[in-house]
Amino acid sequence: MKRILGLWINGRWREEAVAENALLLDYLRDGLGLTGTKQGCDGGECGACTVLVDSEPRLACSTLAHSLAGRRVETVEGLATDGNISPLQRAFHEKLGTQCGFCTPGMIMAAEGLLRKNPHPGRDEICGALAGNLCRCTGYVKIIESVEAAAGAST
Amino acid sequence: MSALPDFQLLRPTTAADAVAMRAANAASRYIAGGTDLLPNIRRGLAEPGVVIDLGGIAELAHIDFGTDALRIGAGTTLAAIAGDATIRARYTALAEAAEAVAGPTHRAAATLGGNLCLDTRCVYYNQSEFWRESNDYCMKLKGEGCRVAKKSKRCYAAFSGDVAPALIALAAEIEILGPKGSRRVASADFYRDDGMAWLTLAPDELLVGVHVPLHEGWTSAYEKVRVRGAIDFPLAGVAVALKRKGNAIDDLRIACTGVASRPLAVDGLAELKGKPLDAAALAVITAQTEIAAGAMRTTVVDMLYRRGVAPVLARRITERLWNSAA
Repeated sequence: MKRILGLWINGRWREEAVAENALLLDYLRDGLGLTGTKQGCDGGECGACTVLVDSEPRLACSTLAHSLAGRRVETVEGLATDGNISPLQRAFHEKLGTQCGFCTPGMIMAAEGLLRKNPHPGRDEICGALAGNLCRCTGYVKIIESVEAAAGAST
Repeated sequence: MSALPDFQLLRPTTAADAVAMRAANAASRYIAGGTDLLPNIRRGLAEPGVVIDLGGIAELAHIDFGTDALRIGAGTTLAAIAGDATIRARYTALAEAAEAVAGPTHRAAATLGGNLCLDTRCVYYNQSEFWRESNDYCMKLKGEGCRVAKKSKRCYAAFSGDVAPALIALAAEIEILGPKGSRRVASADFYRDDGMAWLTLAPDELLVGVHVPLHEGWTSAYEKVRVRGAIDFPLAGVAVALKRKGNAIDDLRIACTGVASRPLAVDGLAELKGKPLDAAALAVITAQTEIAAGAMRTTVVDMLYRRGVAPVLARRITERLWNSAA
């Protein structure tokens, strides 16, 4: 059954009828067309669906949309401003943190959550923050270097 | 994975309202962080007609340091417990156990109550509907008999929560709210050795918090072994709380998880009181932990490894605490 859900999506307040059993992932992808958030393992084991809720990384595949009423949700689509990708996104681009790209939105949102709390993390802190995100291409080194580059660029 | 089936979502704002909603809806389930329940619902392991979301109950998410005990509300996230400097200093095993659960994104959502009530796990159970149907199901859901122990009349699914052994080693009590009021139970007695009915919590009751007594002069720690360094459930997990007095063990408590259908305290350690942690004492710890760690073939990893690694963890952690308390 559908019920009115009001929450912030990428800085914009939205109110609409959403099914009570809708996962945040389904609401974002199917309801709003925000397909940057990826549907991976669907069981909380890969991190591809990571978004920010009140600046904290959350798994959209394991979160009910209605449980976030009134909260602020951010997806990878919300990072760019005026058509310019964010410094973190640019770092992934320039440091080759992306290969096939499927894990990238989740990696970037998990890293974004870390950098907001801790703008200058050490390598261990970066690895810890990305521990729930799997990548099958890069071997992780380029991803970690991308986050380090973004953190360095913000000094 | 399948889509979520239809259900009604209720969002109470007090624990009393939640209990009343549960009593009024027989086919309901509580949800907190949802990191375990939602994947399970999608696999067809639970089919609640009504889901009661505890996330809006502010009174469940408090950490209070009292004069004689620490109280943590069941809705406190594992990230909040792992990140609390006072808990880490005074109740190290609890902070380490909370930090050992899954990955950082899970811990930001997952709660203390959810981890304590975690469904038991088995390689024959945590599968898709298609997989389980193809295998003729098992006794934990829809089928007959145990696939792990074919002649068994009971289910051997393993309890895999990380926080429970830390609470048992720290002699914590669980606070429960039901229609007739609240009650407290020792953390070890919150569980029973049955993969299908592993909690002594009645269907109409709600876990609302835990009380951990002050541990002056104790040190504690938790370690787990898992396939990968993040995300995975424990193949075996061990919590140790030690009180050292000079060159003698004043008190010692050890608890295990992942190796039985409940988290359990290691018995037979009382004889070590007043003795130093020498080779003979370590042999007792090893032997007693071996008795507790009766892991069955519930994971893809060999059960003999899990039975063998639990005593190694117990010995290793106890030695480390002993040396750090010197």
